[in-house]
Amino acid sequence: MIAEFGQVSLILALVLAILLGTLPLYGAHRGNETLMRLAPSLVIGHFVFLAAAYVALSAAFLNHDFTISYVALNSNLLLPWYYRLSAVWGGHEGSLLLWMLMLGGWMLAVAAFSRTLPREFVTRVLAVMAIVSIGFLLFTLLTSNPFDRILPGPTDGRDLNPLLQDPGMIFHPPLLYMGYVGFAVAFGFAIAGLLGGKVERDWVRWARPWTLAAWAFLTGGIALGSWWAYYELGWGGWWFWDPVENASFIPWLIGTALLHSQAVTEKRGSFPAWTVLLSIAAFSMSLLGTFLVRSGVLTSVHAFANDPERGLFILMFMAVVTGAALLLYALRAPRIMTGPGFDWMSRETMLLINNVFFTVSAAMVLLGTLYPLIVDFMGWGQISVGPPYFGAMFILLMTPIVILLPLGPFTRWKQDEVMRVIRPLAASAAVAIVLGLIISAALGAWNLRAITGWIGGIWVMAGAIAWVTRQWRSSRSGLALHQWGMTLAHFGVGVFLIGVAMVESMTFERDMRIAPGQTVEAAGYQFTLHEVTQVKGANWRADEARFTVHRNDREIAAMNPQKRLYHRGGQVMTQVALRPGVTRDLYIAMGEELDAESGAWSIRIHVKPFVRWIWGGAALMTLGGLVSASDRRYWRRRRTEAKQARTAEVPA
Amino acid sequence: MIRMLLPLIVFGGLLALLIAGLQTAEERKLVQSPLVGKPVPEVTLPALHDPQTTRSTAELVGQPYILNVWGSWCWACRVEHPFIERLGQEAGVPLVGFNWKDEREDALEWLERFGDAWSFHLVDFEGRAAIDLGVYGAPETYLVDHRGIIQHKHIGPIDATVFEDLMRRIMQMRAEAGS
Repeated sequence: MIAEFGQVSLILALVLAILLGTLPLYGAHRGNETLMRLAPSLVIGHFVFLAAAYVALSAAFLNHDFTISYVALNSNLLLPWYYRLSAVWGGHEGSLLLWMLMLGGWMLAVAAFSRTLPREFVTRVLAVMAIVSIGFLLFTLLTSNPFDRILPGPTDGRDLNPLLQDPGMIFHPPLLYMGYVGFAVAFGFAIAGLLGGKVERDWVRWARPWTLAAWAFLTGGIALGSWWAYYELGWGGWWFWDPVENASFIPWLIGTALLHSQAVTEKRGSFPAWTVLLSIAAFSMSLLGTFLVRSGVLTSVHAFANDPERGLFILMFMAVVTGAALLLYALRAPRIMTGPGFDWMSRETMLLINNVFFTVSAAMVLLGTLYPLIVDFMGWGQISVGPPYFGAMFILLMTPIVILLPLGPFTRWKQDEVMRVIRPLAASAAVAIVLGLIISAALGAWNLRAITGWIGGIWVMAGAIAWVTRQWRSSRSGLALHQWGMTLAHFGVGVFLIGVAMVESMTFERDMRIAPGQTVEAAGYQFTLHEVTQVKGANWRADEARFTVHRNDREIAAMNPQKRLYHRGGQVMTQVALRPGVTRDLYIAMGEELDAESGAWSIRIHVKPFVRWIWGGAALMTLGGLVSASDRRYWRRRRTEAKQARTAEVPA
Repeated sequence: MIRMLLPLIVFGGLLALLIAGLQTAEERKLVQSPLVGKPVPEVTLPALHDPQTTRSTAELVGQPYILNVWGSWCWACRVEHPFIERLGQEAGVPLVGFNWKDEREDALEWLERFGDAWSFHLVDFEGRAAIDLGVYGAPETYLVDHRGIIQHKHIGPIDATVFEDLMRRIMQMRAEAGS
């Protein structure tokens, strides 16, 4: 019964999305107020029915309704309630439902927070987003229905993939989808702007907080995924350049470029067409990511159930959405190609450089990800591109960004002098070089990667601090929230850089044989194995090793890694023991029992310096994005602008 | 106008590539492995029947052999089992089982029930060696030549067509090893 209820809700949501994607859009075209006024109620209805469907599926999971095949495949009687709830998005069908619920949520937010915008504009934004929703609802109902029944149902389910039974995994997909789907708002704004014909700076300002929020969610989601892979996959890495990871990274790179180009277009009116194009690209890349993950076109460590049929559907959908958007762009963009000129030394140039490098990086990751396809297509045999390609290209492309990043905020719009920009940063540069060398030497990290990492990281952080200090002194009112946000995010980049450089150059990683009672030495730490015992959990049992770790004769940690066997599915999982720290992580993973008599095991020990800084930096970037997005400037000025727009042109 | 159309053209190219990629996704999955043409990684693992002893891929160098990834939990392994038995009888080269993410008792019971056609089994309970080998899932079948190079890899259960193909390749490897 509950499944049918969910099914009907989805169909009703589809009907409302179709109405929303057509009637108000026509109303906006003809200037028909009555039709446009339909939009907000339709948005509410659309969201309510999506939420009902979502709740129905969650209820089915909670009640162990194994007659729904999706539930039977992703849950079982022993699964605790919180994993049953997160199992809703543990597979392809349910994660699509979450995707759509979030799209509905973003639409609701746009309708609620954009009352001060011109009605035609908001109506167009919502209609464009509704068209996206139609595509996904059709996709779900036709190819991936989460409510399909199997009758008679099995008495017990197959269990959620153990990899996903983890707190990190509860939050990773929702955050990631919030980011992916959030770019639909920027996309909607861009298309609405093009449809309206007279693209102006206003809509770019209106789009900014939405883009910032989406970008922040995406950053958080990617970071959480990386953190999860680090401790749950048991490989000790934090980024694998896997096609699925790349699928989320490409929209992030484009989104980063978009944030910065929006700043230029809003403040100066320069490169508006480019901003429109990036808005289209960011969302299209999110769609492409969805396609890559679900179609099986590329092999990956964590792809969903692969199905070329589904892939074809998403591809066709992407062809329609992106194709139509780009066609509209080609038709309308020539009319908006205006913008004041600027000097080579100016904020515009700085942000242009940012855009060039981020866009090229995105293209590079896309190329690397699709390279196996291209090579196969051309008949050059079969090659896959590994981390060396991505790593080398990234160092090359990001070095200029790191060097120039602190200069950006100091540079004036339109025209500036090199010396005026560099002078206040001379101290930061000196501090970065001296401190970077001292710290590298003190840590014994005397290699090129660590040294450049420290210098670059401190340079970016010191530059951010220098900018805040100067702003603080020069303005009476202090800093605006969006300026704090930018500074936080840039500071986070510095933290991130140090983490990456240290982990990549100074990680200790070794497989060792160790029997109970023995002590092994690793990177200055003594690891002692006391015993290996059997333990039980809700739906698994495990071998657990009891370690203590000493440094300089002082006990610093007790660590208990496990090897779990899940009862259903019979999957074996390594539960890593982790001792996180600000300057290093200790990491023990159990390998095989080597010798039953002495009880010796092969154990993998990692000592990872500064690995937390990678996610700490990402967390700062996320926070920065959210702080920026919450700046009332974007919201308040709308109202005053709406009044002023009738009387006079507003200076930037 | 032409310049404005450029993004659309690029997107069209991308779309064409993806459509083409989708058409061949299945085939590509069968052969695509970064390890084909490369030496098989040396893995030393406990044996299945006698966990005290370890077996290694190194001891097989000098002759072609088949490496078959399986597990008692793997439903498709049961499907391909008749062909595994035929491989064991007809191929004339060692057929090494790679028991993946399994429990020893379950694996032994499974062999008891369905028959053990393999020469011997390597046991990878945790799946770490499988990562080195580039295992995507079970079942998977590798053909390794006498120089220790992975010549071919089949992902998924063996059916009659695949069996013919594997036999043809094995005969070729045997001929090369003999010369």
